[in-house]
Amino acid sequence: MFETFLQALFNGLAVGSLYALIALGYTMVYGILKFINFAHSDVFVLGAWISYEIAKKAGWAGAAGAPWYAGVFVLVASMFLCAVIGFTIERLAYKPLRKAPRLNVLITAIGVSLLLQNVGQLDFIFGTRPQGMPVLLKDAELAAIGGSPEVTAADGSVLKAAVPAVIVRLVDVIGGGTALVLMFALDFLVFHTRLGRAMRAVSHNPSTASLMGVNVDRVISITFIIGAALAAAAGFLYSQKYSGLNQPAAAGWVLLGLKAFVAAVVGGIGNIRGAMLGGLLIGLLEFFGVTYFGAELRDVYVFALLILVLLFRPGGLLGKATIEKV
Amino acid sequence: MISRVTTAISNSASNALKAPSPGAALVRAWAPVFALIIAAMLVQVFVKPLLGDFFAKVALDIGINIVLAVSLTMVNGFTGQFSMGHAAFMAVGGYSAATIVYYGSFRLFGDAQMAGGILSSMVSDPDASVWSKPWLRMGDGVFLASILAGGVVSAACGYVVGLPSLRLKGDYLAIVTLGFGEIVRVLIQALTTDALYDPEEIANTAWYRFPKFIGGALGFSMLPFYNSLFWSLGLAGLTMLFAIRLKRSTFGRAFLSIREDEIAAEAMGINTTKLKIRAFVIAAFFAGMAGALFAHTSGVQLNAGELGFQKSFDIIIMVVLGGLGSISGAAIAAVILTILPEALRNPAFLIQGYYVSIPFVVGGAILLSISKRAKAETTIPKFLLTIGGVLILLATAALIAKSNDIDLGRYRMIFYALALIVMMIVRPQGLLSINEIWDRSLWHGFMVWIKAITRSGGKP
Repeated sequence: MFETFLQALFNGLAVGSLYALIALGYTMVYGILKFINFAHSDVFVLGAWISYEIAKKAGWAGAAGAPWYAGVFVLVASMFLCAVIGFTIERLAYKPLRKAPRLNVLITAIGVSLLLQNVGQLDFIFGTRPQGMPVLLKDAELAAIGGSPEVTAADGSVLKAAVPAVIVRLVDVIGGGTALVLMFALDFLVFHTRLGRAMRAVSHNPSTASLMGVNVDRVISITFIIGAALAAAAGFLYSQKYSGLNQPAAAGWVLLGLKAFVAAVVGGIGNIRGAMLGGLLIGLLEFFGVTYFGAELRDVYVFALLILVLLFRPGGLLGKATIEKV
Repeated sequence: MISRVTTAISNSASNALKAPSPGAALVRAWAPVFALIIAAMLVQVFVKPLLGDFFAKVALDIGINIVLAVSLTMVNGFTGQFSMGHAAFMAVGGYSAATIVYYGSFRLFGDAQMAGGILSSMVSDPDASVWSKPWLRMGDGVFLASILAGGVVSAACGYVVGLPSLRLKGDYLAIVTLGFGEIVRVLIQALTTDALYDPEEIANTAWYRFPKFIGGALGFSMLPFYNSLFWSLGLAGLTMLFAIRLKRSTFGRAFLSIREDEIAAEAMGINTTKLKIRAFVIAAFFAGMAGALFAHTSGVQLNAGELGFQKSFDIIIMVVLGGLGSISGAAIAAVILTILPEALRNPAFLIQGYYVSIPFVVGGAILLSISKRAKAETTIPKFLLTIGGVLILLATAALIAKSNDIDLGRYRMIFYALALIVMMIVRPQGLLSINEIWDRSLWHGFMVWIKAITRSGGKP
């Protein structure tokens, strides 16, 4: 039916754009340092929880509601705080391992991830209880597409069941729009500025880049800052779409992060436009799968796509296959 | 001329490498296996009553974790293929074995009670003499069969997962194995339904339909607890024996050569694809058996949700912490990482670290002061000092926590994560690097030092 198709499409795009935002952080770090930053999904969770804490401190959690600037303020503040955290993580945990084997950096990333989860669970940080995120972005029904009322025969039996209309919500449009704006900003930064050129140079070959006068450490720090800020933005937008905030160490969060990571790999890890494409693709696949094949297997669709893509295009959709030279 | 050379060679060969008689070879091959099984029996029957319930349970977990860590070493450590889905093999083996034991017990004995002898019992019974009861009963046979079946089913899965390693390398293989692990977990949770508990219903269900009723999202409960120190430590010992022999064999050397340089190995005529798949199959076999033990452990409810990527990460952490490629290192790391979270729950236990650390610190300091400061000679004193230092740190933390009424157990995962990060930064090659604890090179400095003492008549 047209309505179900449209509903899956809208939901897929809304969630897919958030996957894409998280995937950008994974892909940028992989492109430059060549390791999977498992702590990235926890920065995303931090973004959501910090947004909640700020909203609570500012008194926007009550029944009085929030002023119009609340959403923007919380978004920027949580992006800033997460950027600081991302910078600190890189300096303290990853920088000493610049020359170490990549497996060690991977284990360190798992360690950082565990640390963030369990520190977040402490009573005086976020606690172990799930919380309800207050509504900070204005929500309204922008448009209702399709839908038909119930058709009944004269004797009261149902001839045709009612079809609910597809409702375009303002919160989804703002969320998806913010994500798109951030992605275009990042794309501009990477492909049209001096800093972006330095980032691409470091990702291509760090030692040559440093010979050419690029400050590699600074570029890596900036990469982490941008990645963390984007993850925080995704965390805030996600908390506006799904208001129930699970405890920081809940497995659901990690799984969400893993799916974003899958998006980065499907698009071609290390490739920024690939991450955006992958994110949208994963979001659409998930919601179409849920709509047409059932909700229990929603994680299977994502990981099966990952395995298929890697088997037939090992470099990802937009990535280049590397040729090994002896 | 040529014939004389060949006779010379064959003579020297027959002197140097005298082929043992078939009987002696058989003894040499099987003696350690039987010795391990008997040792595990003795531990179960005579040592377990001395340990007490808590430490017996910790020892049980240690055995399972050693099997998991050592089996992952065969893939990640020997062959250098990065697998992140090891818990999935555990889940496959565990669920297969649980299905066989649970429904098999119903068909054979009419109920799913534990029908094992002393060797499978974790219940402490101080009054009964160990000679008055049977050591093994029918149930143990079912359990053994289920362990092996779990291993075989899991090995078949290992073959399927090994196939992508034909095309993928490094991180990409890691991601695919991770994805495989998640798929297995979700499929078990989504496609199966609650276990059957009604004996009549079980009797009326065809045997081939049992794999559908293994618990679904709620987990498979009411399993009989067959796992004991005998099974757990015995399997741990056998796995280590297998790994040690594998590492020394032709196959093992081929595995190691793939890790060192795949292209060079291929140029030397090693069929790298075949061997990589074989490594996956072997590791999956042992992980499946570990899963079978895990499923029948008291206090554990078999739930696929617990066997997700986090469990896989735990195993990887053990392997890397012990030193990638080191069997004894993985086993030691498994022991440490099983005890540490339990110890952090119990401050009084940790405070005893002060007494335990004294010999380490004093011994290390004495050795360091009389060593000649050459690198080889200071390795062991430094190692002793590190152990002592860590123990003192933990004991101090426990003392502070106890005096301020802080529950250290709640912070144990933070300690764990911090220890992991610090360890990776301070000692990136892991505890033992690629050495084994029995390697002579590891003790070289110590041996040199001992010789120096004996030669100079007591004065170093």
